[in-house]
Amino acid sequence: MTEPLSPPLKRSPLNRTQLPSQPPAARSRTSHGLTRAAAEGRFALQRCTHCGAFCYPARDICPQCLSTDLPFVDAPNGGKLVSETTVRVPADVYFRERAPWRIGLVELDCGPILVSHLHGDCVAGERVRLSLQLDKSGQAVAFAKPQEETPAMQDDRQWRELTADPKFRRALVTNGRSAVGLATVDALVKAGARIVHVGVPDRWKPFPEEERLRTLPGVKLVPLDLGDERSVRDLAADIASKTDILVNTAEFVRPGGLTDRKGTSFFQMELAETYMGLVHLAQSFGPTMRMRGADGVDSAAAWVNVLSVYALANWPPFGAHAAAQAGCLSLSHCLRAELRSGGVKVMNVFTGPIDGDWFQTLPPPKVAPRAVAEAIVSGLRNGLEEVFVGDVAQDVRRRLAANPKALERELS
Amino acid sequence: MGAFDLLSFSSALADGSVRVIDLTFTLSPDFPVIVLPPEFGQASPLRVEQISRYDAAGPAWYWNNITLSEHTGTHFDAPIHWFTGKDLPNNAVDTLPVRDMIAPACVIDCSAQAAADPDFLLGIADVEAWEARHGRIPERNWVLLRTDWSKRQGRDYANLGEGGPHTPGPDAEVMRWLVEERGIIGFGTETIGTDAGQAAHLQPPFPAHHFLHGGGRYGLQCLRDLDQLPPTGAIVIATPLKIVNGSGSPVRVLALVGAQG
Repeated sequence: MTEPLSPPLKRSPLNRTQLPSQPPAARSRTSHGLTRAAAEGRFALQRCTHCGAFCYPARDICPQCLSTDLPFVDAPNGGKLVSETTVRVPADVYFRERAPWRIGLVELDCGPILVSHLHGDCVAGERVRLSLQLDKSGQAVAFAKPQEETPAMQDDRQWRELTADPKFRRALVTNGRSAVGLATVDALVKAGARIVHVGVPDRWKPFPEEERLRTLPGVKLVPLDLGDERSVRDLAADIASKTDILVNTAEFVRPGGLTDRKGTSFFQMELAETYMGLVHLAQSFGPTMRMRGADGVDSAAAWVNVLSVYALANWPPFGAHAAAQAGCLSLSHCLRAELRSGGVKVMNVFTGPIDGDWFQTLPPPKVAPRAVAEAIVSGLRNGLEEVFVGDVAQDVRRRLAANPKALERELS
Repeated sequence: MGAFDLLSFSSALADGSVRVIDLTFTLSPDFPVIVLPPEFGQASPLRVEQISRYDAAGPAWYWNNITLSEHTGTHFDAPIHWFTGKDLPNNAVDTLPVRDMIAPACVIDCSAQAAADPDFLLGIADVEAWEARHGRIPERNWVLLRTDWSKRQGRDYANLGEGGPHTPGPDAEVMRWLVEERGIIGFGTETIGTDAGQAAHLQPPFPAHHFLHGGGRYGLQCLRDLDQLPPTGAIVIATPLKIVNGSGSPVRVLALVGAQG
C-alpha cells in the first residue's frame, strides 16, 4: 500500500538545500526511439518488420532474424513481474541518495524482458503495466505499475521521482487574464497544488474573473508583465524559490502573415510578449528552479510552455504568430537542456486554435481552454515532455512526421 | 529682452522666488497607456532592458535600452498625430517651432466636477465662467484642465469600466472655440489623453485631437500636480524629443511659477 504523501515541512535555514544529481544518462542513438515515445507518453518498442518479433533494449539488428529493419512501434504494455529486488547501497550517487530503490524484471506478453523501476505496490509474480518514463537525466526508463489501480497510487515515491505531480507543489501560472491561464489555475488547484501564483499583467485593467480568482483558496495574484524584464525579475526575487512548477501561458495571437500585415508593431509585440517573455522568465526563474530540483516533496519539477502547434509548421493565415511560436519552441529546447542538470522537466503543450476571441470565425474543431488545462495537469502527473492537445494538433504532428513538405503545401 | 533680465531670472530661480514645478509622471513600465480595441496597433508601455550594471556586460557602467511609444507616459502630441493636421507645415516634433515649447498657461480648475462625475465634459460655459474671474484667455496660451486626476493611481487612474475608460475631458464645441476664438497654443490634461475617456462618442470623435491638431496646436497629457499652478501666470516648458517625423514624444514638462503667481 502506498503511504499517502504528507505535506512538506517548512524548510529550516540551518539546512543546506540538497543539490540535484542525475541517474546515468548514456544511451545509444537508436535508443532515442524510446526517448521519443516516453516524451509523448507512449509505450513503444522496436519490432522487426520481417519476423514480427519485439525486442528490447534498442538494437540495430533483429536478434531473431538479423534483419536491420527494426522500427519503433507502439507496443502492448502488459506483462508479469518475474522478479524484484531492493537496492540498498547503490554505487551511483543519484540512486544512493534515494536508496532503498526497488527494481525488477518484467516479462512482457509481447516477448521482451525489461529491467524496470517498480511502483511500490507491484508484487513479484503478479501482472503489471509497463510505461516508458523520462528520468531526471531526460532518458527513457521502464516503469512498472500494478495491473489494477491502488489507493494513493500517484503518491508512490519512485513514481513521483519520474513525474512532476502538482500535489503539494507550488505553481506559477504566468497569465491569469487568458482563458487558458484561468483554466490552468483551476486545474492545478484541483490537482492539489499547495499555492498557485497567478501573474496579472496590466493590473490597471480590470478583468471578469479577477474576484473569483482572488477568493480561491491557495491562489495568489501577483503582478507580472512578461514583456517587462524588471517585472519578471522582481517577481522572481519574491517567489522563484517557491516555484516548483512554472506554467508559461503567454499568449499573443494576431492574424496575418508577412505581406498582409501593415507595419511591424504586431511583430514586435508578439515577440515581446512571447519570445522575450520566455527569455525573461528563463533568466529570472531558471537558475533557482534548476538548483531546487532535488529539494524534497516540493522540489522544483517542471516548466510548461503552452505553444501553438503551428510552431512546428507555419500556417500562413496566422503566419507571423507561428513564426514567433517557432522561436519559443527553439528556446524551449535550449531551456530543456539547461534545466536538465537540475532534473527539471520542460514540457511543451502544443495546441491547435483555441476556442476564443482570436479564432472566432474559424470553424471547429477548436480546443477548449479547459482541455489545454487538463492536458497540462495530466502531462505533469505522467512526466511528459511533448503533449498535443486536440484534433488539429494531433493531425499536424502526424502529417509532419509523415511528410513535412506535404504539410507545408497543404497549410498554405 | 536683454542679458540683465535673463540674469535676474536665474537669480529668481536660485533664490526660489520663481519656483519650478515638475508636471511629469515618472516613466515606469506599469503606467497606463491608452486602450484601443486589440485589433488596432497599440502604444507600447515603457520597457527597460538592462545593458549592463557594473557587471560582465559592462564592468564600470550601468545603462539600459528602453522601448516606448511616442505617446507613453507624460507626453506631447504634435499636429501630425491626427489626420486633421497631417498636411500642415512643421507639424512634427522635429520641425515644430522651438519657441512654442515655452508658453504661459491658463489653468481651469474642474477638480470638483471631475470628482462628482468621471465623465465630466468641459464646456464653453465653464471657460466663460473662468474668464469672468481671471480674464480672457490670451492667445498662444496653454489651457490646462485641472481635474486632480493625477492624484489617482493605477486602476483608478485608467478607470476602465463598462464601455471603456471614464475620464474627464473637453466637449467638442469648447475645443473648436478655444482653438478658433481664443487662439490657444495647446490643451493639456491630467488624464491619459487630451480627450475625455468616452470621446469616441462625441461629434466629431476625439474633438481635442480633431480641433487642436487640425489648427496646428498641441496636446499635453498625463500631466500631474496641476493643483500647484495658479490660474494664470505660470510658464510651461515642454520640449519633446527631436524624433524625425515624430507624432509626439514623452516629455519632461516643467512649469515656472512666480512668487506672486
